[in-house]
Amino acid sequence: MLEESFLQTMMLTFKLAGITTLILLFIGIPLGYFLAYTKSIFKPAIEALVSMPLVLPPSVLGFYMLVFFSPKDGFGKWLDEMFDLRLIFTFEGLVVASIIFSLPFMVHPIQNGFSSIPQNLKDAAYTLGKSKLNTMFKVLLPNMKPSILTGIVIAFAHTVGEFGVVLMMGGNIAGQTRVASIAIYDEVEALNYSLANQYALTLFIVSFTILITVYAINKHFLKARF
Amino acid sequence: MFEISLKHKLHGADGDIFLDINTSLNRGDLTVLFGQSGAGKSTILKMIAGLIEPNDGKIVIDKEVWFDKKNNISLSAQKRKVGFVFQDYALFPNMSVRQNLLYALEDKSQTKKVDEILLLMELMSLKDAKPSLLSGGQQQRVALARALVRKPKILLLDEPLSALDFNLRAKLQDELLRIQKHFSITTILVSHDISEVFKLANFVLELDKGVISKQGTPYELFSKENLSGKFKFTGEIVGIKKSDIVYIVNILIAQDIIKVIATKDEVKSLNIGDKVIVSSKAFNPLIMKI
Repeated sequence: MLEESFLQTMMLTFKLAGITTLILLFIGIPLGYFLAYTKSIFKPAIEALVSMPLVLPPSVLGFYMLVFFSPKDGFGKWLDEMFDLRLIFTFEGLVVASIIFSLPFMVHPIQNGFSSIPQNLKDAAYTLGKSKLNTMFKVLLPNMKPSILTGIVIAFAHTVGEFGVVLMMGGNIAGQTRVASIAIYDEVEALNYSLANQYALTLFIVSFTILITVYAINKHFLKARF
Repeated sequence: MFEISLKHKLHGADGDIFLDINTSLNRGDLTVLFGQSGAGKSTILKMIAGLIEPNDGKIVIDKEVWFDKKNNISLSAQKRKVGFVFQDYALFPNMSVRQNLLYALEDKSQTKKVDEILLLMELMSLKDAKPSLLSGGQQQRVALARALVRKPKILLLDEPLSALDFNLRAKLQDELLRIQKHFSITTILVSHDISEVFKLANFVLELDKGVISKQGTPYELFSKENLSGKFKFTGEIVGIKKSDIVYIVNILIAQDIIKVIATKDEVKSLNIGDKVIVSSKAFNPLIMKI
């Protein structure tokens, strides 16, 4: 009953979300740390930049990325010539677009997590001779697990659900850039409602299950702490 | 010799305070920084620990220069061997009691040292508990134990007992004194409690709006008005007990219980809960009802 193309599209969707989330985690932790503790005058500007995807229509972001990464000229041309890397209408391009688009969903919870840890905890580690890096991994991160988990899950779920940027940057190439949200649109256009429903229901159930798990785990964390 | 001179502008709730401290400590002494809240006491500890950089000054601990503005020396907090006990204890919630101490250990093979301190502080039975499950007094002991693991050159205690109730506080003051003597570690303790100062301090620095207003032994600082030999305190009777031919009256003055001997006639008019004045007449204190 499940068609190959359906499985292929779902696999691609979760592969994109998984890779995006993993990369975002490595960007989100240092960026969140920086934003939580910096006294730099550039902080508001950087915060605004990180939050832009929250307010900007996805099509605007997609349009500029399309222009920016176009292999015909500028940066896109350079990437093409230097690394043979094309970001337009490719899976790699979707990953880059998703990272930018889901950035605030990862950075905000992690930044809040760092900010919510009492200054004394950090200071205590420093007076015990621990470096900033050691303090981050042994003291800060272990005490903000709910924030990290929230960041991972929301970034993942948001990447699964994105539509506008993906459509602009990736188009609709089966097996390469066609993700579930695009497929739904595509099937509805073709009046193929049952298949559209299959996609929609799958996304609905997966998203709901993920969120329930997160809330249950976070409740457990909070109970363990207090 | 321990030399501490600091100049720093503080932005307080009641406007700017200019902190200007210049003092020296004797090795092994317990010095109490005494003063109202907002006088800059905690800030001084943080400057010694390297958590806040003063605008100007010099800090020399055990012949080691930790900070010297003129010669551009400022050791990072990590390089200063301090034991810091924070007011809220700052125990790491993700680690058990023993893990909190192990984390402080520099040479990870020296776990025996951690167990020695756990034994000394009577924390062995709690070693696997997470800090959130401990009472305030227990957390305080863990924080002190953790601060001692590194064998610090100076122990800095930021109102470590202020969150605890009277009985517990008295017990922990004794313990603190015992531990401080055991390691003969030079200590600075922040407090705004006179009875604590009397009990613990070898030397007191009284801070008023960022400057040292008085310094000396607790006796010199707080007993000057009574140098005539007379004293007068107000308190509350908490117990009257007959002992042979006299009575012993227990009176709560501030946070200490004073035992005063009284005759049968004197006791007649006194009841538990009465507010009284205790003053001296010749040798034996006299109790009067107010």
